[in-house]
Amino acid sequence: MSSLSLFLVVLITGLVLVIAGLGIAILLAPTSFNLQKGEPYECGIPTHGTSWMQFKVGYYLYAILYLMFDVEAIFLFPWATIVRDLGVQGLYSIVFFIVILGLGLAYAWKKGVLKWM
Amino acid sequence: MLLEFSQPLEYTGLANWFDTTLGSWSLPVKLILVAVALLAAYAIIAMILIYVERKITAFFQARIGPNRVGKYGILQSVADVIKILLKEIIHINNVDKFLFFAAPFFMVVASMLTFGAIPFGKALQAVDFNIGVLYVTAVSSLGIIGVLLAGWSSNNKYSMIGAMRSGAQFVSYELSAGFALMTIVVLTGTMSFSEMIAKQEFCWNIFNGHISSIIAFVIYLISGHAETNRGPFDLPEAESELTAGYHTEYSGLQFGFFYLAEYLNMFIIASIATTVFLGGWMPIQIHGFDGFNQVMWYIPSYAWFFGKTGVLIFLSLWVRWSFPRLRIDQLLNLEWKYLLPINLVNILVMVILVIAGLTLTDLFPILAS
Repeated sequence: MSSLSLFLVVLITGLVLVIAGLGIAILLAPTSFNLQKGEPYECGIPTHGTSWMQFKVGYYLYAILYLMFDVEAIFLFPWATIVRDLGVQGLYSIVFFIVILGLGLAYAWKKGVLKWM
Repeated sequence: MLLEFSQPLEYTGLANWFDTTLGSWSLPVKLILVAVALLAAYAIIAMILIYVERKITAFFQARIGPNRVGKYGILQSVADVIKILLKEIIHINNVDKFLFFAAPFFMVVASMLTFGAIPFGKALQAVDFNIGVLYVTAVSSLGIIGVLLAGWSSNNKYSMIGAMRSGAQFVSYELSAGFALMTIVVLTGTMSFSEMIAKQEFCWNIFNGHISSIIAFVIYLISGHAETNRGPFDLPEAESELTAGYHTEYSGLQFGFFYLAEYLNMFIIASIATTVFLGGWMPIQIHGFDGFNQVMWYIPSYAWFFGKTGVLIFLSLWVRWSFPRLRIDQLLNLEWKYLLPINLVNILVMVILVIAGLTLTDLFPILAS
């Protein structure tokens, strides 16, 4: 059996778990109607306005930084498996690569991206 | 039995075991068996973990913990599952219905996909990819989509703030976890879990790369702990300020799925740390002590796996109940100003160790298996 077919089996197993669970819950659980049940959870007073609004930009800056390093990780993983074969040559090239990315982090740090305001 | 152990071990997946023992059965039956085994393991491990966590937490806080349902409260989680199945799933006004419905799927499917790649014992692994480590880091980060969807679609301020915090936190610590695992990939030269375990027979990876490995192990534990939103890093669901964070609006079984995925993620982090750093299901082997080694092989491999994982889970609970919660800026600073730079340097140190032949298996070739 190939890994791919097993991967699909695991994926379907996860989906079936949720669907079957929700199905059983909907069949078994009692329901009752109450107007107040549908209101958003708040501290006691009715909630004010919608929550789909502009949000603090700090979170997005971290997300962008993450993107940079995550792509780096994708490049590094294949290299990591053959370090022994590449030898010193591989070390030089990857030091160059990591230093450039480190400079990127240092630049963001200097610019104050990592400072929470 | 002993003869079998002196032969080179065969590292095969669960499916291949089915292939050999149930050779005459048709393929769909075998696939369904794999699925049923996974489902059972998933549910049972989650239930055991919930009971164990409540009991250990109680001891940490000098309480007794669950002790009414069954002897010592063993059946408490079973009762909880039945209760949560019988709870009404409340429909909230003004939510984005489709995304609200879809969020638990992402959580459960992400943890299930990762769960399938874990080697629980010799030949007890559902999917054995040759890129196992990369697969696990990729698939486990699907869960954060579920968290963000849940928080955004709920149309509730608590959920929104919780989801945003969780997103920033997960995304940051995901990097550290990935780089820590990459350090070990540099050391072993393989991304497949089964090959990694095979190479750790006499020398666990945490000892093999000495300085570098130990740093990577500590960083992995910290970032794994943060990824699961637990312990001192539980700001996304800081109950004193955000009630329940991103799953505030969920009720009944939909909430149960978030709960389930959270516990499973804790188990997954511990088991990947076990597999990658602590030799996975491999028994403790000391080179030269053949009698001792053979005795160790009599203890089943899954017992070793769950033993090592259990120690790490206990460590995670210990941390959780020992430290106060961090603030969001402290949390992000810890990752971006400390763990990430240390990690990048650590990878280079590991590369130098490997190229210069300073790892334990290079220095003492008899330790290599």
